[in-house]
Amino acid sequence: MELRKPPPVRRLTGNEIPAPPLRNGNGRHASTTFALPSRRAARDAAIVVDRMQVEQLSVSYGSKPAVKSVSLPIRQGEVLALIGPSGCGKTTLLRSLNRLTELTRGSSLSGRITLDGADIAMLEPTALRRRVTMVFQQPNPFPMSVFDNVAYVLREQASRRPRKAAVRGAVRDALARAGLLDEVADNLDHPALRLSGGQQQRLCIARALAADPEVLLLDEPCSALDPLSTRLIEELILKLREDVAVVIVTHNLQQAYRIADSVAFMYLGELVEYGSAHRMFGSPREARTREYISGAFG
Amino acid sequence: MSVATPAPAGPSRKRSESGASWRWSDRLGLGLAWVLGLLFCAVAAAIVIYFLIEGIRYLRPNLLVTNPTPGVSESETGGFLDPLLGTLILGAMSMAIAVPVGVGIAVWLSEFGRPTGLARLAESAVEMLAGEPSVVLALFGAVLFTAGHLGFLSQTSHGVVLGQSFFAAAAMLSLVALPMVVASTREGLQAIPSHVREASYAVGKTKIATTRRVLLPAARPSVITGSMLGLGRVIGDTAIVLLLLGGTLTFQAANSTPLFGLLRGTGDTLTGYIYYTAPTGDGNQPSKAYAAAFVLMLMVLAINLGVDLVVKRSQRAVRWS
Amino acid sequence: MDRDVYVDHDQGFGFLEQDRGLSQDQRAELGLGALVFLVVGLLVALFAFVLHEAWPSFAHNGLAWFGGGGSVDQQLQAISTSGDLKETPVYTFHAWPLIWSTVVITLGAVVIAFVSSLFIAVFMVEFAPAWLRRILEPVVRLLASVPSVIYGLAGVLVLVPLIGNHLITQSEKASVTPTIQLSGSSLLAAVVILTVMIAPIMIAVFADGLRAVPRGWLEGSLALGINRWRTFWKVGVRTARPVLVAGTVLATARALGEAIMVSMVAGGVGFAPNPVDGLIFFFEPSRPLAATIIDFKDELSSPPMKHTLYAIAAVLLFSSAMLSVIGWAAKRPMRRYGVVP
Repeated sequence: MELRKPPPVRRLTGNEIPAPPLRNGNGRHASTTFALPSRRAARDAAIVVDRMQVEQLSVSYGSKPAVKSVSLPIRQGEVLALIGPSGCGKTTLLRSLNRLTELTRGSSLSGRITLDGADIAMLEPTALRRRVTMVFQQPNPFPMSVFDNVAYVLREQASRRPRKAAVRGAVRDALARAGLLDEVADNLDHPALRLSGGQQQRLCIARALAADPEVLLLDEPCSALDPLSTRLIEELILKLREDVAVVIVTHNLQQAYRIADSVAFMYLGELVEYGSAHRMFGSPREARTREYISGAFG
Repeated sequence: MSVATPAPAGPSRKRSESGASWRWSDRLGLGLAWVLGLLFCAVAAAIVIYFLIEGIRYLRPNLLVTNPTPGVSESETGGFLDPLLGTLILGAMSMAIAVPVGVGIAVWLSEFGRPTGLARLAESAVEMLAGEPSVVLALFGAVLFTAGHLGFLSQTSHGVVLGQSFFAAAAMLSLVALPMVVASTREGLQAIPSHVREASYAVGKTKIATTRRVLLPAARPSVITGSMLGLGRVIGDTAIVLLLLGGTLTFQAANSTPLFGLLRGTGDTLTGYIYYTAPTGDGNQPSKAYAAAFVLMLMVLAINLGVDLVVKRSQRAVRWS
Repeated sequence: MDRDVYVDHDQGFGFLEQDRGLSQDQRAELGLGALVFLVVGLLVALFAFVLHEAWPSFAHNGLAWFGGGGSVDQQLQAISTSGDLKETPVYTFHAWPLIWSTVVITLGAVVIAFVSSLFIAVFMVEFAPAWLRRILEPVVRLLASVPSVIYGLAGVLVLVPLIGNHLITQSEKASVTPTIQLSGSSLLAAVVILTVMIAPIMIAVFADGLRAVPRGWLEGSLALGINRWRTFWKVGVRTARPVLVAGTVLATARALGEAIMVSMVAGGVGFAPNPVDGLIFFFEPSRPLAATIIDFKDELSSPPMKHTLYAIAAVLLFSSAMLSVIGWAAKRPMRRYGVVP
């Protein structure tokens, strides 16, 4: 078991403590047009820890630039939402965080991304991807049982295949963290593909958590799901952010409003604005951000 | 606020050693895949080049236009015109049976298919037929064509029906080609989305008219692919030819009726000729065998290229929305 | 004003249809159904006729047909002469050497071909560089369609002399001279050529199955930090298992029924190769079931030999039918986990 360097610690300052719930017509900026139920109650000042740092990242596919010189921090203890219209580069940015962009032929990358201070380009890709795991838009559980799906990472990443009893505890823990254990506990050998869409996606989250990552990347995880499953997964994300840095790409502004702590708005590959969710939805500085959030374009 | 140490919730944070992401068995597996892949390339290249060289060495144009003649040395034994024609005739005859029957069965399975019992039986039957060795089909043909009813289609000699003729061989060869035509056509028909059929039914067309005018033309690349694959198998088959065609190196017509007599008679194909002229065969003329093998390979290559062409062209053609 | 009358030839004239009483669709269904019935009937006839002709041989020998005892070549000779001379027909036949030869050659070729083809297919689909893949795919398809007689020719002209002259030592030849001849036409030659013959078929089928694995599963596994080889092996190959079964069954059926090529290179002697002989085992000649039919095809018309040959064909028929059933049965449990064939 290797010792990891303790990550740098930062305490929240007064400016960053989330404000009380937004209400329409109480003097806030009129650009927000959401008439939603109040946001989740302001949590007490939580611990926020820097995990990854993106520095001047640019990604191109062939000659087409997809991401242009983006810099932002990714922190454990908060949910970072990447928003923006289609084609703005948010998915490419997400995929560069675990070096999945390398799998596409012709991709090139400049800039630096660090994980706990170490440049990820220096790490072995497979090792990196166990610390920074990803959940995709389409639920993609493997054609195995629920147990085998979650145990997959544990079995395949070890240098010797562990016995079933050894991983059972870890599997149950991962399922519990993903909020799925109650529903499948009575039959862990159930074929994973027979679960409902929402359950499959939570299974994918459990699978990603089984690798015990430091950062969890979610690429529009709820876009293929019904509202009930969406809500379950959003609650799950809020619970997870304490232990894992969460980065979520979403084209659903309401979802970002509900769960994000920090928001990065991208447009045509550039990071237009980055800030706390409270400020971005309440009083964004850039005109384009204002237009996007108010729905002038999408 | 307490000092932050990331609280390890959930499973204990155990990490495997870095570098263990590739176990030695993985490296071994990848290495083996590379070795076998390259070995396969080498063997394939060796086979192709070998036959190319030997074929070019021994193939002379006059071999294609002279008939086999009895003789002792290789220079006297003539060419393989009749066997070549035999291959072409058999190919044409068996496909003439296999394609319509195969398409018909595929249409029935895909568009009609009631009662379900018969449909499943038919599917299993075609699949089982695909797996049968051609020697067994050859023996079946021998029984069929010596029985009374079909005896007229083959040669009789002194009142005994011999059961060997082009008809007999073509009939059994069509069974060899049939499963491929059925499978390929069925796939092509099933790939057509249902809204196309519904659009046609909605304007009052019958099922059969829809099939004839809309579905089959759309599935044409699959039909062609299946037929060509079947044809490939037909021209390469030797067992049925040896047992049902008589193995006479030249055509021996059964009677003097122009075409019918010829087809009732015996003959040979390239594959039978190669079997005969191989060192293990009665003829033992390896040079002729090489030449005939070369011609046969060219035919197979042409068919394969044809299939590739059809597939590529169809991929660029109709796109169902 | 004239009214254009549009005659739709597909529908026919309404009043004529009423006369016939059956709609166009119904007629088509009946016609095509009859065709299907005919083909199914042909298959049934296949079983029936072959069994009917085979029955006398089985009846005379009973289960001893499958057993050993005596030289099978001598038995075949006796059967053949009894037919010629129109004496009381002799049916005594113990096919064990032929069966053993079939089993060894078929199993040997299938096992070697399976392992090689799996690795080669994985290589071709996932790990080969693009230019190599573009060459390999058409080559595999071409090799899969080469007629067996050409493989036999290559075997006889290249491999058999190689084995006979270079691999078998003189002392080995001398040691078995009274019983058999070691000439290079051998078990080894048959297994090697049969492997080369069925491997392209397996590779083509396996590659198709591997290509059909949804990319989402592979990407998901890579995103979890599993390396490429393990991802492909654990997710891709596992998903393609029904295809692996199907391809193996197909290749086994092909190997079992291969008569022509094997009769050219296996030695043509009704001898059961003995593993106890050590290295010589691989050089011993033999003759599998299908090749026996080909070797004695000229005597097909005389009754005792005819019935014997049909009996051999019946064994082959049932073996292939059994393989089809096994292939179908093996696919069923795999549907459970969503691995759809």
